[in-house]
Amino acid sequence: MTVPTMTAVEMSFAPSAESPRTTGRRTRRLVNVALGLALPVVLGAAWEWVVHAGWSDGRLVPPPSVIFATLWDLARSGELWVHTRATVLRVAAGFALGVAAGTAVGAVAGYSGLSRRILDPTLQALRSIPSIAWVPLFILWFGIFEESKVALIAVGVFFPVYLGVMGAILGVDRKIVEVGRAFRLSGPALVRRILLPAVLPSYIVSLRSGLGLGWMFVVAAELLGASEGLGYLLIDGQQLGKPAQIVAAIVAFAVIGKVTDWLIEVAAAPFLRWQDAYGQQAGGA
Amino acid sequence: MLVLDQVGKTYPNGVNALERFSATINRGEIVAVIGGSGCGKSTLLRAIAGLDRASRGSITLDGDLITAPHGKIGIIFQEPRLLPWLSVADNVAFGLAGLPKRERAGRVARALDRVGLADKARVWPRELSGGQAQRVAIARALVPQPEVLLLDEPFSALDAFTRSDLQDHLLDLWADARPTLILVTHDVDEAVVLADRIVVMRPRPGRLFEEIPVFLSRPRDRTSALFEDLKRRVLTSLDQSLDRDIPDRREKSVSGEAMWW
Repeated sequence: MTVPTMTAVEMSFAPSAESPRTTGRRTRRLVNVALGLALPVVLGAAWEWVVHAGWSDGRLVPPPSVIFATLWDLARSGELWVHTRATVLRVAAGFALGVAAGTAVGAVAGYSGLSRRILDPTLQALRSIPSIAWVPLFILWFGIFEESKVALIAVGVFFPVYLGVMGAILGVDRKIVEVGRAFRLSGPALVRRILLPAVLPSYIVSLRSGLGLGWMFVVAAELLGASEGLGYLLIDGQQLGKPAQIVAAIVAFAVIGKVTDWLIEVAAAPFLRWQDAYGQQAGGA
Repeated sequence: MLVLDQVGKTYPNGVNALERFSATINRGEIVAVIGGSGCGKSTLLRAIAGLDRASRGSITLDGDLITAPHGKIGIIFQEPRLLPWLSVADNVAFGLAGLPKRERAGRVARALDRVGLADKARVWPRELSGGQAQRVAIARALVPQPEVLLLDEPFSALDAFTRSDLQDHLLDLWADARPTLILVTHDVDEAVVLADRIVVMRPRPGRLFEEIPVFLSRPRDRTSALFEDLKRRVLTSLDQSLDRDIPDRREKSVSGEAMWW
C-alpha cells in the first residue's frame, strides 16, 4: 500500500501522538478487549462443560479442547503452515491485483465525468453477478490452477475498492479543492496535497471491505478444487467426516482475516489521526 | 494597481451575474463591496481571484491580465477552509512550498504569533474555535505576502464579539505590509469600520450602484456621530439600490432582466 500523502514538509509540524490521557485510554482499551472476549469464552466454556458432563458426545460439534488439539496437530505436522501459506498467497496476489485495478479505474471514473458515464453502468452490471458464476468461465480461461483462483479473488476485491475510490473522489469537498486552486497547485500537486489525503479515510475503509471479500472469495475458489489451502482443509474435513478439522480451518480463517484487517488499520492509523471521528470519543459509551 | 474594466459574467446556465463593472483600486487601498444577495459581489471577487473567468471585460494587476489564480493575489473565504489533515502550522505553510525549510518555519511562526495563535501551531484544525480557525486562514493567506488580499464575507459566520475583534485584528495585520484589501460583505458596520471606499452594488444583473468614500481616520470609533452618519448613508444607498424603479443609468435596454424580479 502506498500512502504518499504527506511530504516530509507537511509532517514537520504534525501534532505529537503522546498525550497525558494515554494511560487512561490504555486501561479503557483493555476493558474493551475483555468485554469483546467475554461472549465467545463463556459459550466455549459452556459447550466444553456440556460435552465433558456427557450430555453430548460432541462428535458433530466438537468442543474447544478438541478443536485446539486438532489445530495443534495440524500445526505440529506442518500441514497448517502449508495450507495457510497457500491461502494467504492467493489472497495476497488477488488483493494486490484487485486493489491496483480498483484504485486505477475508480480514480479515473471519479476524476472524469465522461469516463464515469462510459465505465460505471457496465461495472455496476458486472458487480451484480454472483461471484461463483465466474468460476466455470475463469477455469476455462485460466485453467484449474492458481490463475483462476487469483482472478476470482481479484474480482471480489476490485468492486468495493472501485466503488470506494470513485465515491471518495466524488465526495471531496469542492471548497477544499478550491483552496488548492487559489494557491496555484499544479494538477499533480493538487492530487498529492489535496485529493489523496482527502480520500484516504474512505480508501482505507474500501481496502478493508475489499480484503474481507477477498477472504470470502478464496474459500469459494478453494472449495471448487484445490489440493492445498484452508478451503481444501474444509472440504477434506467434510469428505472424511472430521468436523474438528473444519472448525479448526474456520478458526484459522477468522484469525488470519482479523489479523490482516488489523494490519491495514494499524498501517493507516498514523495518517488518519487528524480525523474528528465519532468513534474516537465513543469508546467508553 | 488593480484595474477592472467593464467586467461582466454570465454563467453557463444563462444567469447574468455581473454587468459592466469598472473600478481602479490603488495599492494599499481597502475597498468594501456591499449589496443584497444576487448583486454579483461574490462573482466579482471570484473573478479577481482568478477562480472563475470573467465572460467580458478585463481584470489586470499591475498590467498582468488575470485569468487564473495569481501569485500576488490571496483570498480568504467565508469558511476557514483549513485542510483537516494538516496541523495549524502546516496549514499556514501551505502556500510556501517553494521556500527553504528554515525560512518557511520562521515565516509561519511569525504569522501565527501575529494572529495570536503561536501556542496552537501543533494542534489539528478540528481543535480550534470558529474565530481561531478563521485567524489561521488569515495567517495562511497573508504568509505568502500577497499584494492584493480578497475577503469573501470572512467574518459572517462568527458571533458579533468575535467579529468586531477580528475586524480590528485584520486592520492591525494590514498595517504590517499594507496590501490592497477587497472585502465583500453584507454587514454595513463592517464596511464602514474597515474601508477607505465602499462600493454599493445592485442586483439582477449585478452592477455598480454607487461608490461612497470613507474619510474617517483610523482607528474608527463605532459609536461616533460621523460613523453613524456614514452607516446611514450606506444603508440609504443600499435601499435605493434595491428599488426597482430607479432608471438604469448606464444602459437603457438590458433586455428587461433588471425589471424581471
